[in-house]
Amino acid sequence: MASLNVLAFVCLAYVAFLFFIAFWADRMASRGRSAAWMRSPLIYTLSLSIYCTAWTFYGAVGYAARSGLEFVTIYLGPSLVMICWWWGLRKLVRIGRSQRITSIADLLSSRYGKSNLLAAGVTILAVIGVTPYISLQLQSVTLSFAIFAEADPLRGYNETSIVFWVAAGLAVFAILFGTRNLNANERHHGVVTAVALEAIVKLAALLAVGIFVVWGIAGGVGETLARIDASQIGQWNVDGSRWATITFLAAAAFICLPRMFQVMVVENEDERHLRIASWAFPLYLLLISMFVVPIAVVGLDLLPAGSNPDMFVLTVPLQQGQQGLAMLSFLGGFSSATSMVIVAAMALSTMVSNHIVMPVWLRLQNRQASVSGDVRDVVLLSRRVSIAAIMALGYFYYHLSGGAAALAAIGLISFAGVAQLLPALVGGLFWRGATRSGALAGLTVGFGIWLYTMLLPALGGGLLPEHILRYGLFGLSWLRPEALFGIEGLDPTVHAVMWSMSLNALVFCLVSLMSFPSPLERLQGAQFVNVFDHSAGPRGWTGSVAQCEDLMIMSQRILGATEAQAFFQRERMRQGGRGPLPEPTPAFLERLERELSASIGAAAAHAMIGQIAGGSSVSVADLLAVADETAQMLEYSSRLEAQSAELSATARKLRETNEKLTQLSEQKDAFLSQVSHELRTPMTSIRAFSEILRDAGQLNPQEQRRYAGIIHDETLRLTRLLNDLLDLSVLESGQVSLNVTAGTLSEVLDHAVAAALAGSEKPLTVRRSPEAEGFRISSDLDRLSQVFINLIANAQKYCDAEQPELTVSASASGGRLHIDFTDNGSGVPADSQQMIFEKFARVSPERAGGAGLGLAICREVMQRLGGDVSYLPGRGGGAFRVSLPAAGEKAA
Amino acid sequence: MGRHVVLIEDEPNITEAIRFLLMRDGWSVDAHTDGATAVEVIRDAGPDLVILDLMLPGKSGLEIVRELRTVEGMQSLPVLMLTARGQMRDREMAEKAGVTRFMTKPFSNAEVLTAVRDLHAQAGQG
Repeated sequence: MASLNVLAFVCLAYVAFLFFIAFWADRMASRGRSAAWMRSPLIYTLSLSIYCTAWTFYGAVGYAARSGLEFVTIYLGPSLVMICWWWGLRKLVRIGRSQRITSIADLLSSRYGKSNLLAAGVTILAVIGVTPYISLQLQSVTLSFAIFAEADPLRGYNETSIVFWVAAGLAVFAILFGTRNLNANERHHGVVTAVALEAIVKLAALLAVGIFVVWGIAGGVGETLARIDASQIGQWNVDGSRWATITFLAAAAFICLPRMFQVMVVENEDERHLRIASWAFPLYLLLISMFVVPIAVVGLDLLPAGSNPDMFVLTVPLQQGQQGLAMLSFLGGFSSATSMVIVAAMALSTMVSNHIVMPVWLRLQNRQASVSGDVRDVVLLSRRVSIAAIMALGYFYYHLSGGAAALAAIGLISFAGVAQLLPALVGGLFWRGATRSGALAGLTVGFGIWLYTMLLPALGGGLLPEHILRYGLFGLSWLRPEALFGIEGLDPTVHAVMWSMSLNALVFCLVSLMSFPSPLERLQGAQFVNVFDHSAGPRGWTGSVAQCEDLMIMSQRILGATEAQAFFQRERMRQGGRGPLPEPTPAFLERLERELSASIGAAAAHAMIGQIAGGSSVSVADLLAVADETAQMLEYSSRLEAQSAELSATARKLRETNEKLTQLSEQKDAFLSQVSHELRTPMTSIRAFSEILRDAGQLNPQEQRRYAGIIHDETLRLTRLLNDLLDLSVLESGQVSLNVTAGTLSEVLDHAVAAALAGSEKPLTVRRSPEAEGFRISSDLDRLSQVFINLIANAQKYCDAEQPELTVSASASGGRLHIDFTDNGSGVPADSQQMIFEKFARVSPERAGGAGLGLAICREVMQRLGGDVSYLPGRGGGAFRVSLPAAGEKAA
Repeated sequence: MGRHVVLIEDEPNITEAIRFLLMRDGWSVDAHTDGATAVEVIRDAGPDLVILDLMLPGKSGLEIVRELRTVEGMQSLPVLMLTARGQMRDREMAEKAGVTRFMTKPFSNAEVLTAVRDLHAQAGQG
């Protein structure tokens, strides 16, 4: 018989060996020389075997001995997950890598808007949920020690002290393994390699014991099957609800257990490994569970009644005097316990440290306004303390529960605890509508029910008063922990799981539907649910293509120049940079994104940086998320804004229309009034003189002729006025049709001068320079001539010089032809120059027979011809310039 | 008794017609075209009656009447206003400004004569 000292030595030697393996693997990995096998799917699959803890190693046989084939459910759950839901796991792994997830608490917090409250809640839940599990490992290791100790002639052991030393030892191992250094991506090659090695050891041990039992004791497969048939195991009834419940629990725990998440997601090197693991891991479970029933049956046959079936794996070889096999079996159990404890403690300590200790510490530091120094030491310390605290919790749980319960029962309590994370997790992966409030509410409800119906009753006495257990909380029988809402007769496990999970899921969905997610939540939700659409690789930003210059410009726009420059300066200092700008490392880009998101929202910041950095992470979904977010943030305010904008726009339009109408109406009134005046004036003369001619008998012939002449002139004036009005109305309505012909300027001027001067008594000398008038023009020559006639006639009427002269000169510049009409009179007064082109505008006090429409018509005509007519001030006399597009070169 | 009229009208043909009518009726007619100097012209001439166009170069007929009414001895001088703009608003404004009678062009010769005689008779009585 091995003494306890030998046992302790073997354990230490084994741990030292594992530590060496881990150390070596880390060294290889850090030098980038890790062998291919270290990153192979085999190692990944084997590391998943931390699912098989001491519970599996020892407890399964005990489970089988007590409850028959039900133990299979514990293996069935994970196998179903791996085989049927590998695509879900792949999504989980992809998200874990693209979001740099460090733990399941981090994952949930990240999904639900980076909520630290949620992360802390999940951490607490996980710690409480996993504590029984750690206690279970302590119990199994202690039991196995005790088995050997019982055979020790010295018998000088104390159970309590063994548990304490086991806990302390495991804590030291976990600290040594898990927190030797701080790895940015939270990967631990060494630990994973050691865990894989332990997986081989436990499988080998269990297979060895199994082979020994089947062929060494029972005498072959046939004999064994006969024994099984004969035993009571074959007669156990299968309880359907328990089978379903426990299979579900095992499946949920496989996904939600922090240590499983650690090896499956965080430590995953390559998501393709999942494809191998999806069949290799169920195979491992099959192998490890293959001999459970034979060992249980043979154990029950061989060992005296009352022996603990949980220890058959150890006691059967011992009873048969197989010291070596027993030692191997012990090491297998020890491996199961240590690998689980190390990884679980590592995972939990990461969560505790990241989501509880560090936030509190940072807040305290902030209060003292002196965040400085290396945070790494603080993180490492907090993780080490966390590991110690977690082990201490396990130790106290062992004490509280009395260490008497069967291993399987403790394991199921743990499973049910962590399974509460499932609704929030699965909902977060596949349902964009899931919200932080929903997750928090669901978790709280599920966890509360689990505490009340499962954990507290399991702890027995002490914590939960007897009368509550029997008569319900506040004496309300429907609140009895083991018969909620009066539903009795259910298996306690089924009862607790049914209520906690269903209410958890229900509350999660209802609250999610009722609550509104924050923009960040929506973005994260989109990124999680659509992870396959837009994360080709595991990395966030690929900074290599980022243009820091552009980032700087964009940041200045968003943050303001001073703030952006200060931020870039800080980043450059942090990088110890050489250049004027920081290197666009992924870390820098992420910090910049955070900085920007404070100003413009997370989704917008992500998209903007993505645009510049050119990373592959910006997708249509991201942009949609930006749109969503923007829409959502602006929805209410913009609706109001739109309404008021619409109102004021309508009001403005109405005002404008009204003004325009008023103006038009005034213009129309003024025009009609003008027209009326212009018509009435000649009509007055006509009427007056025609009455004189009619009534007055004694007119001399000279008077008669004179008055008839006035009537005739005024009639012509009326006709002219009507013609001008019609002409203007046609020109203004744009319905004028132009008759474009080609000719030379001199021809048009010849015609105009002749027409203007014909039949006029007032003398006017027109000076022309024929050599300058050779321009070819292509225009409506009649209309152009009309304009010229008007200008010449005006000069004739208004030029107040003694010897009236009009100089006509032509020139071309800038593709336009200019014809200037300058007289030697006093010109148009400066204050009237603006209005002379208006209708009915008249400057001179004398009537000149016109209605004041001439220049208005000229301007309309020239605009139709693509030219213009304008007054040239400062030319000494009245000067008008007609300009029109030049048609071509000067004719010879 | 020489009846004297001052006529301010910028349309020469209308001036000629009114001058012909009134002279035949025994009036002496003093015709001017400029609105700007009209008030001085009227004050200096001291006529029995004034015939005024509404729209005049330099100063409008309304302004002339308003100014005229502030001159000593001119408050009750009969003023006949002729206008080619015959809207109600013009008539109201003219009466407000102190025009004694308002007539729209084109008018009949008989109307003008009747109006002139009436105004003169009323002024003589008053």
